[in-house]
Amino acid sequence: MIELENVAYSYGGGDLLSDISLELQPGSFHFLTGPSGAGKTTFLKLCYGALTPTSGTARLFGTDRREMQRDDIAMARRRIGVVHQDCKFLDHMSVADNIALPLMVSGRDLLSEAANLKELVTWVGLSERARAYPPELSGGERQRAALARAVIMSPDVVLADEPTGNVDWEMSQRLLRLLIELNRMGKTIMIATHDLALIRSAKVHVQARVLRIANRRLQLAGADL
Amino acid sequence: MLVGDTQADRVVPPTGFTATLTLFSAAAMAFLAVFALALSLATGRLADRWGDELARSATVRISAPEGQLAAQTQAALKVLQTTTGVARARALDSDEQRALLEPWFGPDLPVDMLPIPQLIEVIEEGPGFDAQGLRLRLAAEVPGAVLDDHTRWRRPLVNAASRLRLLGWVSLVLIGATTAAIITLAANAALAANAQVIGVLRQVGARDAYIVRAFVRRFTLRALAGAGAGMVLGCLAILLLPAAQDEGGFLTGLGFRGLSWIWPLVVPPLAACVAFWATGAAARRMLKDLP
Repeated sequence: MIELENVAYSYGGGDLLSDISLELQPGSFHFLTGPSGAGKTTFLKLCYGALTPTSGTARLFGTDRREMQRDDIAMARRRIGVVHQDCKFLDHMSVADNIALPLMVSGRDLLSEAANLKELVTWVGLSERARAYPPELSGGERQRAALARAVIMSPDVVLADEPTGNVDWEMSQRLLRLLIELNRMGKTIMIATHDLALIRSAKVHVQARVLRIANRRLQLAGADL
Repeated sequence: MLVGDTQADRVVPPTGFTATLTLFSAAAMAFLAVFALALSLATGRLADRWGDELARSATVRISAPEGQLAAQTQAALKVLQTTTGVARARALDSDEQRALLEPWFGPDLPVDMLPIPQLIEVIEEGPGFDAQGLRLRLAAEVPGAVLDDHTRWRRPLVNAASRLRLLGWVSLVLIGATTAAIITLAANAALAANAQVIGVLRQVGARDAYIVRAFVRRFTLRALAGAGAGMVLGCLAILLLPAAQDEGGFLTGLGFRGLSWIWPLVVPPLAACVAFWATGAAARRMLKDLP
């Protein structure tokens, strides 16, 4: 699915990540932790093809990132849902339209997908806000809209970069429950977070593998997590 | 391009300063382009009038004592009728002579009472007549006749007209190039202002071609609409100028005549072509920097 083999990434002459090897198995649940600036976002970008490794091999659905054309990357992104801490929307379109955006760009007929869209909007608890515009949403609502947008194409993998960074504990638990639910539907989930409490609360409900980036390398986190 | 993709159309913000910028710049430049076209065509007409029409005519002036004026006029006409290259020749009547002098002496000039020379208008045909040969014949047969083939004062006018025609075309090219540059800058500014939209689209799996198509179509149509409005306003402004008259000066002749009204219609499609090319290039350049 997504496979990193001895991957290193350098920027501006300095190594950000080195000797990273990982294979995301279908249906697995991962947490990626580490201090701010450790390289969690860079790692996720390598996973969804936004960055090309300086050395080593990153394979997205069996294809080496270096051999992928721009259209191949676009196609891969339809199979990888990404949720950012600072999620961006098209402010001139309603929340429902923003959630449906991946369907639009892939040329799907929105009318035939209307039932799925409605169900998804209800699932993330935004039925009442579907006609609102992104600037009118709270931080938690934005994160849930971003999650709905990330999963509307029914991707194989969902990567979330600090999805609970801007929301309170209650909302972060709500988002976590949605991600666990997706994992139970067979989706591969990876959440980058420095919130250890979130990880502990998740491990009660799901068998998650906790990875840590330290000293530019990926390690399996200790049993305390 | 014309039918479009309604879903793709929605991803480009429909309003905002980028829409106004494109519309306004296209309209303003189309308005100016219409004037440049009018100027160019007017200078062309002026050059034709000065260069061509004057080259086809000459004047014979007969100065003779009062009793011999009519006889010498008839003799000169006879000479002219037998001269190769002369299409026709006719003596101006007193009304025409009065009209010629009217700008200097005012109306109701008693031409018959004044010792004014008789003028004969000579219209050339084909390659024209041999001016030197005609002068010699007139000198031999009509002693009071002087041939003025306009060469002396026509040459600087023709030169000036040619320069004016060149100036008109240079203006047209410059305004066309400026139109292209302004529309290109507007497209770049609009694309830069929509960088977040492009980033989001790329993030959710849009292909480059989809993004380029959506923006190119929107900006091309905006440029077409803006240039269309500018062209209409330009044509209206041209129509409101004082009517062109043959005897009028240069400014009163600025405008379109007959089929030349078709030329302004070319401006909006050209502006749209420029926007099509500029937006496509700008979008591709911006996408190249996005992973």
